[in-house]
Amino acid sequence: MLTFDNLSKTYADGTRALAGITAEVAAGEILALVGGSGCGKTTLLRLVAGLDRPSEGRIVLDGKAISEPRADVGVIFQEPRLFPWLSVADNVGFGLSELASAERRHRVGHALERVGLGGYDKRWPRELSGGQQQRVAIARALITRPKLLLMDEPFSALDATTRASLHEHLLALWQESRPTVVMVTHDVEEAVTLADRIMVMQPRPGRVFDELENPQARPRDHLSPAFEAAKREVLRTLDRSLRDDQPRQQKTAANAGLWW
Amino acid sequence: MSAIEIGTAAAAPEAVPAKRAGRAQLRLAGLVLPVVLAVIWEALVRAGLANGRLMPPPSVVGATLWELAASGELATHAAATLWRVLAGFGLGALAGTVLGALTGALPVARGLLDPTLQALRAIPSIAWVPLFILWFGIFEASKVALIAVGVFFPIYLGVAAAILSIDRKIVEVGRVFRLGRLAMVRRVLLPAILPDWFTALRGGLGLGFMFVVAAEIMGASEGLGYLLVDGQQLGRPATIIAAIISFAVLGKLADGVLVALARPFLRWQDTARDKL
Repeated sequence: MLTFDNLSKTYADGTRALAGITAEVAAGEILALVGGSGCGKTTLLRLVAGLDRPSEGRIVLDGKAISEPRADVGVIFQEPRLFPWLSVADNVGFGLSELASAERRHRVGHALERVGLGGYDKRWPRELSGGQQQRVAIARALITRPKLLLMDEPFSALDATTRASLHEHLLALWQESRPTVVMVTHDVEEAVTLADRIMVMQPRPGRVFDELENPQARPRDHLSPAFEAAKREVLRTLDRSLRDDQPRQQKTAANAGLWW
Repeated sequence: MSAIEIGTAAAAPEAVPAKRAGRAQLRLAGLVLPVVLAVIWEALVRAGLANGRLMPPPSVVGATLWELAASGELATHAAATLWRVLAGFGLGALAGTVLGALTGALPVARGLLDPTLQALRAIPSIAWVPLFILWFGIFEASKVALIAVGVFFPIYLGVAAAILSIDRKIVEVGRVFRLGRLAMVRRVLLPAILPDWFTALRGGLGLGFMFVVAAEIMGASEGLGYLLVDGQQLGRPATIIAAIISFAVLGKLADGVLVALARPFLRWQDTARDKL
């Protein structure tokens, strides 16, 4: 389980990127962070990844505070960030350097298979399209079987068709080991497609405006009334978050699942 | 989707031979101008329309080269020059790489060393010659030192700049995978600067050949640079041109060896054209 405990981040230039974030994410849950630009979504994710330190408060994963990158936390960035000098297989196996090469090859082959890139292991990253590169990045992050997966707008640079197919790949991989997922997105449709819970954030300073439960069964039908209703609700909340300057009180747990 | 991708991948190799043939033709095209000029000059001299004394025709230069090669003189001179370049290049490249890495990686070293090195860089390398001769004598050591100084600066600057321009984003991936300091250097930083390092080495090698000429012209008993001076003093322009041609061939060969050594490490590069 992941806990944010009164988390704040103030940068050296005085910018208050985050203020007083308190939240809990259950094991195996997919949490989406949405919000206008500058609301600290990415900052929050970097704190969880251990790439930056919080100014106040702490992040606790399974009883241990996070202060630096951890082996059981995987990160997928906005860009693929592949190592151009490594083949696709070596990129995917980058975090497995301690394993015997036979075992590593086996796991890399399986991971590439799962993202639909079987047979691409000897290619260079430059020979792949943007969507394929991002799939390699997904395989690289998931191959170490992290307990917590962090994603920073991982599909934002891709076209709609590629994005939809990557959503499927991602959910299939998630179902294999059910890691906890925290993802940043600006795409409401993406949040409603993937997340169990959607946290709407508000800028200056970055804080939680509202949380929406999204308990639809998977696979989710994008054309169903429930999906449409959920999307509308998120959009409405997002809209309010940009107008209001006071965060709303969080809903009580009892009726949280029934809000539409 | 994947069926289409596999289809294009299978079609790609067929395009390669055609491309290669085109490139070979282009390379041959480069020969046209020098060959035509040489033939014209030869014809003019033979027809008595031009005096070939100061600018000897290709046949005379060829004969001189052949003579030098047959007597073993050419090999001796070329070996002497090559040895000086390699020794100077080795020392200069080593110092340039180490100091460049230091100032690039450690802000403290940068603050301490870089201003002094930049000041020294402003001195034309040839200006060191009198001092080097006093320090190291008139034989090999002073020549090697001059070449090393010439080679040092481009490599130093290249390595330091390469380290400073490493993409923060890719270093972050290394941090996410919890690489230690050494693993970070070996698995991320070194591969990242490799292309720039080789470019710097190539530039350094080119300068090495420039400075060996300077060093040998100023006093040597063997070497291709000595051959240049010898040709001038004996009034034999064919010898000078033969030495110049030898320099060109030797420099090109050395560069080719460096490129061949580097190529396996740089296959991954995403460049529109072969930089190497």
